[in-house]
Amino acid sequence: MSVLTNNLDLFLRLFGQTLQLFAISAVLSLVLGTFLAALRVSPVPVFRGIGTLYVTVLRNTPLTLVFVFFVFAYPLLEILRIDNYVAAVVSLSLYTAAFVCEVVRSGINTVPVGQAEASRALGLTFVQMLGNVVLPQALRSVVPPMTSTMIALLKNTTVASGFAVVQAGNIRESLSEQGENVLLGLLWVALGFVILVMPLTYAQQVFEKRWSVAR
Amino acid sequence: MSMVLFDVPGPKAHARHKVMAVIGIAAVLAGVAYVAWRFIATDQFSERRLDWINYKQIQLSLVEAIGNTLSAFAAGAVLALAFGAIFAAARLSDHAWVRAPAAVIVEIFRAIPLVIMMFFFYYGLPVAGVKLSAFTAVVLSLMLYNGSVLAEIFRAGINSLPKGQSEAAYALGMRKTQVMTFVLLPQALRAMMPTIISQLVVLLKDTALGFLITFEELLRWGTRIGGDAVNFGRPIISVMIVVAAIYIGLCLLLAWLANYLEKRNRRNKKVIHVDADDIPEMAPV
Repeated sequence: MSVLTNNLDLFLRLFGQTLQLFAISAVLSLVLGTFLAALRVSPVPVFRGIGTLYVTVLRNTPLTLVFVFFVFAYPLLEILRIDNYVAAVVSLSLYTAAFVCEVVRSGINTVPVGQAEASRALGLTFVQMLGNVVLPQALRSVVPPMTSTMIALLKNTTVASGFAVVQAGNIRESLSEQGENVLLGLLWVALGFVILVMPLTYAQQVFEKRWSVAR
Repeated sequence: MSMVLFDVPGPKAHARHKVMAVIGIAAVLAGVAYVAWRFIATDQFSERRLDWINYKQIQLSLVEAIGNTLSAFAAGAVLALAFGAIFAAARLSDHAWVRAPAAVIVEIFRAIPLVIMMFFFYYGLPVAGVKLSAFTAVVLSLMLYNGSVLAEIFRAGINSLPKGQSEAAYALGMRKTQVMTFVLLPQALRAMMPTIISQLVVLLKDTALGFLITFEELLRWGTRIGGDAVNFGRPIISVMIVVAAIYIGLCLLLAWLANYLEKRNRRNKKVIHVDADDIPEMAPV
């Protein structure tokens, strides 16, 4: 217990950093992922191809490799200087966007064909149809799997601890520098994540029950 | 493919799509060309930076690194499948005192990040006097995390079978163990095979997290060779392209297997079709 109480400010600060990293990457990956999903269902074959290629490559690459690329390899290209924090945000967003895209796309597929047909009959364009008719309905069936994608993103932020981006994964380093008990410290970190994830899992189950549409 | 979202394009739409396609291709090509130009401008593919490929020792170490990644994957996969089977059985038990702890354990291990688990086994346990190798730490973490996810997959698979299956088996006088092993499990396994394999793809990718605890796997090999400024002038770009290609190739191979099994299942009338979308937490990341 003393490991936690003596270093409470460290725990709170670094978990705060984790949440910040999570929030920024979540927003960016949701935006990019939805855009990619729109590409993947678009009427233009080339756009579909681009979307598919992106998802195939990013989904089959380990996140750690994406991190290594943006932290170690990207600076050699001398394009735009980014610090490790930005590199972490970019890696997490690009990686998670591929999964968000798949979730949104499977959500679009759950919307009955009649909805799209009816909006076409009303003369809506593809973008209007997607934005005003299909996506709002897809969103409901998407919430539970999207929550698990976001939970995974929250846990994935810890990968950044290998790349000098300070967040909850680095609590171990600080503790071992101070000569504290690392074993107990890590158990507290694990408990912290359980506390962060459990409400999300619970919310997911509630949403699933309440928002499930009888079709 | 959701072709239902738009009409079969007519001549006007065709022309419009062509224009958009040209714009799209141009945008992507511009991006690719820019990156390629940066590659060339910063001389990433100079002879010196590609020289590492020619060394026999480096080639051998690459094979060894792939071997380490694959052996961590194989050990992790076997243990995770066993862990998943045991805990799925425990969660489906008739006795609350077996069900409850199993549920708690599965939920907890699904909530803890793999990195924290690996740190725990590699940096935490030595404090208590237990020293594990990086390989053991990686495999144990992979087993606990993916095993918990697999337990949920197995459980969801068995629960998704029509009730009549177990009812009929009980009516024939089978005991619970018999119902499970002879009736429910074979069907559930077949139905969930694609999901199980995509979880194994996740496991394969997660072996790269061993990088963080100095496990000598493919990615660590890549940063070691790629960071060699003395002999090759930091060829990290070319090395990382090779490493990424290997990872993507391995994962696609597994994904292809999943697809193949799914197709074979679809043809097979004996398999009860379970919609993977019914199981929300199955989105593997």
